[in-house]
This record gives sequence, C-alpha cells and structure tokens, in this order.
Amino acid sequence: MTAAAAERTAARRRRTRRRSLRRHWQLYLLLVLPVAYFVIFQYIPMANNVIAFKDYNVVDGIWGSPWAGLDHFERFFANPVAWDLIRNTLLLSLYGFLAGFPIPVILALALNEVRARFFKRTVQMVTYAPHFISTVIVVSMLILIFSPRIGFMSDLLGFFGMSQNLLADPGAFRSVYVWSDVWQTAGYSAIIYMAALAGIDPSLYEAARLDGANRLRKIWHVDLPGIAPTVVVVMILSVGSIMAVGFEKAFLLQNPLNLSTSEIIATYTYKVGLLSADFSLATAVGLFNSAINLILLLAVNTVSKRVTGNGLW
Amino acid sequence: MTVETPAARRAPDAAPRGPRPRRARQVQDTPVDRVFMAGVYLLLCTFLLVVLVPLANIVASSLSSPAAVSGGRVFLWPVDFTLIGYEAVLTNRAILVGFGNSLFYAGVGTVVSVALTVMIAYPLSRSDLVGRRVLIGGVLFSMLFSGGLIPTYMVVRALGLLDTRWAIILPSAIAAWQVLIAMTYFRTSIPGELYEAAQLDGASDLRFLWSVVLPLSKPLLAVIALMYGIGQWNSYFSALIYLRSEELYPLQLVLRDILIVNNSGGTNLADQLAAEQMADLMKFSLIVVSTVPVLLVYPFVARHFTKGVMLGSVKG
Repeated sequence: MTAAAAERTAARRRRTRRRSLRRHWQLYLLLVLPVAYFVIFQYIPMANNVIAFKDYNVVDGIWGSPWAGLDHFERFFANPVAWDLIRNTLLLSLYGFLAGFPIPVILALALNEVRARFFKRTVQMVTYAPHFISTVIVVSMLILIFSPRIGFMSDLLGFFGMSQNLLADPGAFRSVYVWSDVWQTAGYSAIIYMAALAGIDPSLYEAARLDGANRLRKIWHVDLPGIAPTVVVVMILSVGSIMAVGFEKAFLLQNPLNLSTSEIIATYTYKVGLLSADFSLATAVGLFNSAINLILLLAVNTVSKRVTGNGLW
Repeated sequence: MTVETPAARRAPDAAPRGPRPRRARQVQDTPVDRVFMAGVYLLLCTFLLVVLVPLANIVASSLSSPAAVSGGRVFLWPVDFTLIGYEAVLTNRAILVGFGNSLFYAGVGTVVSVALTVMIAYPLSRSDLVGRRVLIGGVLFSMLFSGGLIPTYMVVRALGLLDTRWAIILPSAIAAWQVLIAMTYFRTSIPGELYEAAQLDGASDLRFLWSVVLPLSKPLLAVIALMYGIGQWNSYFSALIYLRSEELYPLQLVLRDILIVNNSGGTNLADQLAAEQMADLMKFSLIVVSTVPVLLVYPFVARHFTKGVMLGSVKG
C-alpha cells in the first residue's frame, strides 16, 4: 500500500467516525451520566490514592499537601500490628477458599444425580435462600444461636465438650466466619456449576453408558471434565480477591475478645482512616491491599492460561 | 410495534429444568450405584437440615414467650406461643423509621441504578459506537482495581453528600458486573435485523431503545432491578461511613445497633429482668420482620436470579 493510499484510508476512517458521531449523537448523550458516574465515583478515588504518598491535611487539600514519599508505608510496616493484619487477612481468605470452593461443586454434582424433581427443586430453593439474607442478620443469628444463655448451638457444642462461647474465642473466629459463609453462599454458588453441567454434550453420557461406567465413573470422566473450565474461572476470581476479604462481616463479628484474629486489613483501614482520621496512612494500607490483589489476579490468570488454557481474558 | 422474535424467546432458561433427568436415567444402576445414590440423598438431606434448622429456630423463638427465649428453652417449635415480640418490634419508632428509609433507598436506588445501567450498557452493546473498547476497558478496570475506602470518602465529602440520602444511593449507583450482564444480553438477544428495520423506518436510537429494546428486555430488567434492590436493602456499609443522623439510618444500621452493638435503649431498673427477657425476644422477632420483605419476593425472583447468574456466565 502506498503512503497516499494509507493516507486516504485514514481519512476515510476519520470521516466515517465523524459521521457516526453525528448520526448517533443520542447514544453519546445516553453515555454522559454513566460516564460521569464512573469518573466521579471510580476514577477520581483512584487518583485520590496519591495522598498515600503525601502528608494530607484538609487545608492544603489533596494536591497541595506536601509529598511524603513512602513514609506512610514504612510507618505501617514498622508497626508490629502490620504483620498480624496481613496474616489474619491471608489466613481468613485461604481458609474461606479451601472450605468454600469445593462444597458448591459437590452440591452441584450431587443435585445433578437426583431424579426426583420435587426433592431437587426443594433442595435448590432452600439452599439458595440464605444468600438473600443480609450480613447484619446473619451475624445477629450467629450471636443469638451461639449465645451460651439462649442459643441451641452452644448446648450442642457443650455436648461435644467444646468451648461454649465461640464468638469470644479468638481461635474459633475464622471457623465461625468461614462456615457461616459456606452456610450462606454454597447453594447460590452451586448455580453456576449446575449451568455448566446442563451444557455437557449428552452423547458423552451415552458413550459412558455403552462403556459400562457406573455413576461414580460417569462423574469422574464426564461431569468433572465438563465443568473444569467453569471451575478454573471461579477459582481465578476467588484467588484474585484473596486480599479483599469483606469488611462488612468481619467488622460485625468483632468484639474486644477476638480482635487478635478478627482484625483484618479492611477493618484496620476503617478504624485508622475514619475513626482516627489518619487519611494518608489508611489510604496507604488500602492501596497496598489493592495492589497485592491486582498482582495476584494477574499472576493466577497467567499461570492458568499457560497450564489449562482457560483464563479470564 | 410488536415484534416477536425467536431470539427473545430463547432467552437463557433456568438450567435446573434442563433435560438432564431423562439423560441420567439412561445410565443403568448397579448395586454400587444404589449405595452411591443413598449417599447422595443423605448428603443433600444433611445440607437441607443445616440450612433449615437455624432458620426454624429463629422463627420458633420469635413466636415464644420472653421467659422461654431467655431460658434457652426453644428449639424448633414455639414455647408458650405469643406475638408480643412482634408487637414490640412493630411499635418501636427507630425500627419503623429505618424500615421506611430502607424502602426509600431500595426503591429510589433501584430506579436510579437500573436507568444508569441501561444508559451505559445499551450504547456499549452497539458495535458501531466510537470509543467502545476504551469505555468497556474503563468499566472492566474499575472491577479489578477499586479506589478504596478513604479516597472514595473524600470524593463524597467534597461533593457535600455526607449525611444526606444521596450518599447512600449515588456512590454505589452502578455495579460494573450488572453493566456486563446487561451488555451481553443486549448483544445476544436483540437481533440485528430489528435495528436495520427500525433504521429504515427512520426511528432514532433513543426511540429504538425505548420502543423495541426495552420491551424485549423485560427478563433482564427484572434481574438487575432485583439484584440492585436486594443489594441496597441488605447493605449497611455506606450508611455506616456516610451517615450521622439517625433519622436517615436504613433498617440494617438500626438492626446493627439493636442486635449487635446491644444498644437497646434505657431500661427501667425496677423490672430489669423482664426488660432483658423482652430484649432477647425482640431480637428474634426483629430478624424475622426485617427478612420478610426479601423472603416474600424470593420465590418469585429465584428463577430470575438463576437466569441472572447464567447471563453473567455467558461470557467469562
């Protein structure tokens, strides 16, 4: 292609673009408000992260405050609490991942074997329901049913010779957090695997039958490979959010007795930032957290793409 | 303009009702299979019980007498049946105000969120949009990397939204995930021929969106409206950070004060015990009352939610 021809193509493309803009101005009009939303509530906050590298004060504002370099990061890591926070955050989400990841898969595989329609629908309806209960209510339920005085669970725990007041026990915090999460989300998380199972080619089951496979072998050789891509995507997403343990539930489950295991990065950021008004330090900690998250997500996605051929993009 | 298209009717159906039961029957059961199936049913029944027992305990307790609840004597059936727990909850002013506020936040918030989501998802679903890839990239990146608590708080403060109702609605108005779901739906379920036909008829983009796309997207609109609505009803975090006046508190924050922080108000020393027992009972009734609105819509929406998850899983 000659330079002149290239020039002409570029000119034509510019012209088409301009024509499209004029003809579809209404589409661009629609975009104004949502784009403003993304700029104001997503991208300006990202830019505001710059105060992690500044000594922010209200008078000088975000851009006028003096630079502080990495001071706030150093201040955070110099504090012995930092390593406890990181450990608590990591252990909590690793535990949550190990417990919460396989159970929905097992639930979906089991439901997939059931023939009785009514039973299947009932199990589905009931196990989805907790997903729609708010965090505040779930935590209140935990507090009530584990209460040594009122709750039926504390009687049960006492029967097995376990600590009667689980919520005040730092050693039990992670289990309470993780298993109540499983209780709340397992049914709903199984939906996506049910969908994947529904999409498996029926001829594979036919082949398995001709080969004389029993149900277990059918699950192992047909069902599991069939849902593997979905499993990988869900796994990448959960590893990518490993440092992003939700603030909401940990904060509500906290009490002075279990702080040694229940204080995580998210709750610490809230306390330092909004209760002690140390904006720069809180932002630095939050930024550190998001950065680790992003790196983990990219790393897992790359590894998964190379090993299994499945990735997010 | 009524256009029935196969594509619209083909909108992803709930998977649980697929043709699988028939398929499963094709595999003959051996004795090993029968043992295996017994295990499957046992497992699922355990699941069912684990989910149901705590819920049943809460409901049973909420219908029992204060003394029975405080004594820990209620398991799955009400003891000394009474409704005074509900009476106490429904006459508590803070709870009623919170209930009203939550209805407002969920109602207005859902309308705002659905409108904004359609406004961005529809143009992004059009391949002739200039700058489409950049905008989609912008939405995706906001999912991977969030601004963080304090930086977002500073924006809300700078806009003067602190301690106003808008602080609950605006900062979380659009969820990137819902944008992707809506975009995928518009792209896959609205046939291109319809757009060409509308162009020939001289319909503008807005007119086409309003009279053709939206009527064909009712399942989608139901799904995202319900997701936003229930999300707003259940959230307490933005209220915790942005609100100071109790008059504006949504129900979840009122609940947190009563149920978790144990701030049940001044009690008369004379009948401290009765008051304490009543406070215990109230917590159970309160849990039931505040969950009822969600559970009432739940049976109707469960199927739609399943669809929503499917829609999301169509692409990644």
